[in-house]
Amino acid sequence: MGEILVEARDVKKYFPVNRGVIVLKHLGDIKAVDGVSFTIGKGETFGLVGESGCGKTTTARLILLLETLTGGTIFFDGKDTSELSGPELRKYRASVQAVFQDPYSSLSPRMRVGTIIAEPVVIGGAISTNGIKDRIAQVIKMVGLRRDAMELYPHEFSGGQRQRIAIARALASNPKLIILDEPVSALDVSIRAQIMNLLYDIQQKLGVSYLLIAHNLAVVKHMSKVTGVMYMGKLVEVVESQELYLHPLHPYTQALLSAALPSHPDEQREEIVLPGEVSTPFNPPPGCRLYRRCLYARPVCSEQDPPLKEVSSGHFVACHLH
Amino acid sequence: MKSVEQKISSGNVLEVKDLKTYFFTGRGVVKAVDGVSFELKEGETLGLVGESGCGKTITCLSILRLVPGPAGRIVGGEVILDGDDLLSKSEKAMRRIRGKKVSMILQDPMVSLNPVFTIGNQMAEPVRIHQKLSRRLVWEKVKEMLRLMSIPSPEIRIREYPHQMSGGMRQRVVGGIALSCQPRLLIADEPTTSLDVTIQAQYLRLLKEVQQKENLAMIMVTHDLGIVAKVCDRVAVMYAGKIVECGDVREIFYRPAHPYTKALLGSLPKMEERQEKLYTIEGQPPELHALPPGCSFAPRCPDVQEICKQEYPPQSIIKDGHCTSCWLFAARKA
Ligand SMILES: Nc1ncnc2c1ncn2[C@@H]1O[C@H](COP(=O)(O)OP(=O)(O)OP(=O)(O)O)[C@@H](O)[C@H]1O
Ligand SMILES: Nc1ncnc2c1ncn2[C@@H]1O[C@H](COP(=O)(O)OP(=O)(O)OP(=O)(O)O)[C@@H](O)[C@H]1O
Ligand code: SF4
Ligand SMILES: [Mg+2]
Ligand SMILES: [Mg+2]
Repeated sequence: MGEILVEARDVKKYFPVNRGVIVLKHLGDIKAVDGVSFTIGKGETFGLVGESGCGKTTTARLILLLETLTGGTIFFDGKDTSELSGPELRKYRASVQAVFQDPYSSLSPRMRVGTIIAEPVVIGGAISTNGIKDRIAQVIKMVGLRRDAMELYPHEFSGGQRQRIAIARALASNPKLIILDEPVSALDVSIRAQIMNLLYDIQQKLGVSYLLIAHNLAVVKHMSKVTGVMYMGKLVEVVESQELYLHPLHPYTQALLSAALPSHPDEQREEIVLPGEVSTPFNPPPGCRLYRRCLYARPVCSEQDPPLKEVSSGHFVACHLH
Repeated sequence: MKSVEQKISSGNVLEVKDLKTYFFTGRGVVKAVDGVSFELKEGETLGLVGESGCGKTITCLSILRLVPGPAGRIVGGEVILDGDDLLSKSEKAMRRIRGKKVSMILQDPMVSLNPVFTIGNQMAEPVRIHQKLSRRLVWEKVKEMLRLMSIPSPEIRIREYPHQMSGGMRQRVVGGIALSCQPRLLIADEPTTSLDVTIQAQYLRLLKEVQQKENLAMIMVTHDLGIVAKVCDRVAVMYAGKIVECGDVREIFYRPAHPYTKALLGSLPKMEERQEKLYTIEGQPPELHALPPGCSFAPRCPDVQEICKQEYPPQSIIKDGHCTSCWLFAARKA
């Protein structure tokens, strides 16, 4: 890996669950993200996969400073993001942008496309009105929209075009990191491919880093150099995407990959079914989070939380078997 | 008499012939389904695929005669279920057929579940309507269905309301309701869109199991080709209200004929290969109220010829059971 842009170190986010009217009683915590560490290289894509509710979006929101950390540190370009303030904080906000799943609700319907795209540039400050105009024209061209698009409203565009608008907006402030949270899952197959190619071209040209979150494993594999697999607030496996698909080590990763849909009718894959219901991250018991559903669980798994460790060069797994 | 003979001779549970369903709107006539034909045998699964808005859901709703009116009307064709033409039936007769001989899993599970009734009550309703069983037997049947759909502790679950279940469980309940009356034909419209990978796999396996046990005919509507590869025997590819290619699932995946089918398959990222760029279909699907003359795919087609822009291509048979409507193949034959 080359230079590091983002480093998350033991990052935690707990949502307290309280009950009561006058005196709040603390019943426990939803441990949405519970001690996650990873790095994202400059100009590279880090993919994040895992069951619904395992904490992927919360991780992204922590990096975007939309949530406050319960514990741990996020470094960006070597600086602790919790210590940023004033112009440095403004600069950080401009450097980290996001594109979300739903191209229909993520763009404000009352604003013209030009205004929507300009917003992050304006927030970042230090650029003239003419400079902003030029910049908008530039990114609109980059994402393949017509020049007059900036005068229109979002409802005048199709889903795929709206996602282009969202990408243009994310690009406008010249960011170093773009968080892509399910960027193509609401789109049709053919439009999906257009957007994925566009994101690829942009990265080649600008050297921007991506944090890519997706349910579709083929999409993540296609786009990211390194993939992290999350299960109930924990990263359970991190390795180069190619290696992950060839040699998954964690029992959850193996089950996840075995459930992926085939790409042709004769693709034979032994499906590994995890027994039991999906568990919740509310007051999780000690030990490995997969313990009650794991096919290989041993006594130690219910007692000790397995740490994420490097089992072979660049291959990290959190499992007592390895 | 005639219907019995037909059933035996063709072996088809369902035959849809030249079905046309239009919406008469202020913008003009939206030809949502425009001359769709296909057939389905016992125990067979047909995948209906195509881009958003191409007419998949309306095709299914037309089979059940549930096209949203007054704008929407079936304007032509035949829908023959076990030898009987459904389009000539009275509304009363149709009500008996829906949920009994033909069941449909709707695209959005929250639409099909009523938030103020318990899961048990909602599952019991179709059983009560279509089968004369005692109260106790009805409940036994409901519990059996829940068990069949792998929902743990059915005794407790039947007393719960939809909001107390996870999205995945709700989708399985809807599936359970659809299967509870042992229909001949099951129509599943995007049944797994909101599920994550592992739960989706579990759900699909279940549907398949029930289907094999009951020898159900099934229409699986999806735009996910992975689902098609996993569960379908045959595939019908729809574009702008018409079926442009239909054939055995292996034929479609390994020897696609129509340029749209090829593009659809090419734009899928593959797990086992490393590609830099994906193949894409440029442009947008056409508006159904202002279709271009000739082939609807012509404005986006990489192989477009002069004739494509003038006349709709006739259907050509590539091989037994594999058909396409494209001038590239019509020309070859001529
Ligand atoms: N504001 C909040 N208050 C309480 N709990 C929350 C909040 N935001 C998220 N959670 C909980 O945190 C957990 C992780 O949620 P998150 O949205 O990060 O999941 P995800 O991995 O993005 O899932 P999906 O794939 O479904 O988008 C969930 O159990 C969720 O219910
Ligand atoms: N009530 C209506 N009035 C007018 N047009 C309609 C109506 N319902 C559907 N249509 C049109 O009919 C066409 C086919 O719709 P349909 O719902 O069958 O698409 P679909 O293939 O199921 O798409 P999706 O994958 O998004 O579910 C669409 O272009 C739609 O605009
Ligand atoms: S008929 Fe012509 S335009 Fe239509 S798909 Fe075939 S080659 Fe392309
Ligand atoms: Mg999320
Ligand atoms: Mg539909």
